[in-house]
Amino acid sequence: MAKATAVSKRVDRPLSPHLQIYRIQMTSVSSILTRITGHALMAGVILGVWWLLAAAVSDPYFAVANAVMMSWFGKLVMTGSLWAVWYHYLAGLRHVLFDARLGLEIKTAEMLGWVCILGSVVLTVLTIVIV
Amino acid sequence: MQYMTDRKRAAGAGAAHTGTLQHWFMTVSGIALAVMLPVWLYLFGAAIGGTRDQVVAAFANPFTAILTALVLVVSMRHFAKGSAVMVEDYAHGTARKAGLIFVSSLAAVIATTGLYALIRIAL
Repeated sequence: MAKATAVSKRVDRPLSPHLQIYRIQMTSVSSILTRITGHALMAGVILGVWWLLAAAVSDPYFAVANAVMMSWFGKLVMTGSLWAVWYHYLAGLRHVLFDARLGLEIKTAEMLGWVCILGSVVLTVLTIVIV
Repeated sequence: MQYMTDRKRAAGAGAAHTGTLQHWFMTVSGIALAVMLPVWLYLFGAAIGGTRDQVVAAFANPFTAILTALVLVVSMRHFAKGSAVMVEDYAHGTARKAGLIFVSSLAAVIATTGLYALIRIAL
């Protein structure tokens, strides 16, 4: 009885914005990317720590870890991690700004989102060029 | 025996029960990482691609060793606390407990492994 009521009532309720037709915004995308980059960075951290451990232990072990590090896979992980770290870096600084009640206007917040995305690409390229 | 009143004990704690401690920790560790990372990224990046002797020599340098240790410890605490928030957002019940234990343990294992490698190289 209670179940039937719940089903008939559900039909009458207005639907909340559906994900497929929901217009994504710079502010939400840049926030979600912060979480994704923060977690994805673990791939680079694990590879880096494993490589360091191998260097500490022995020649044969380092040969294996260094081969992975210098392979296309290792380079992909390290380059991706570099971008992720710079993105997370800029987005984190943006949080500090927000905490200081700065940049909270919608236009400014959206602009800061673009600064994070484009800035992280620029910093990644710069780091690769310098290092 | 505690002399604080119940109200005083609860004030500022909020629904999270720990008030703004988590947020403040992320700010403090984040700023620390922001200061250390540009230099550390350069040192780490420069070490990649070397022979084992070159890599060991690079991380045996006191400045590089200490900075790497700091980056490891601070970043893994930053990850553990940040990831815990994601677990709390998406998981409930037993999955939440297991997730919280997992991210905290993963961070501890990585930090300890890195420190072991550093100590073995630097000492």
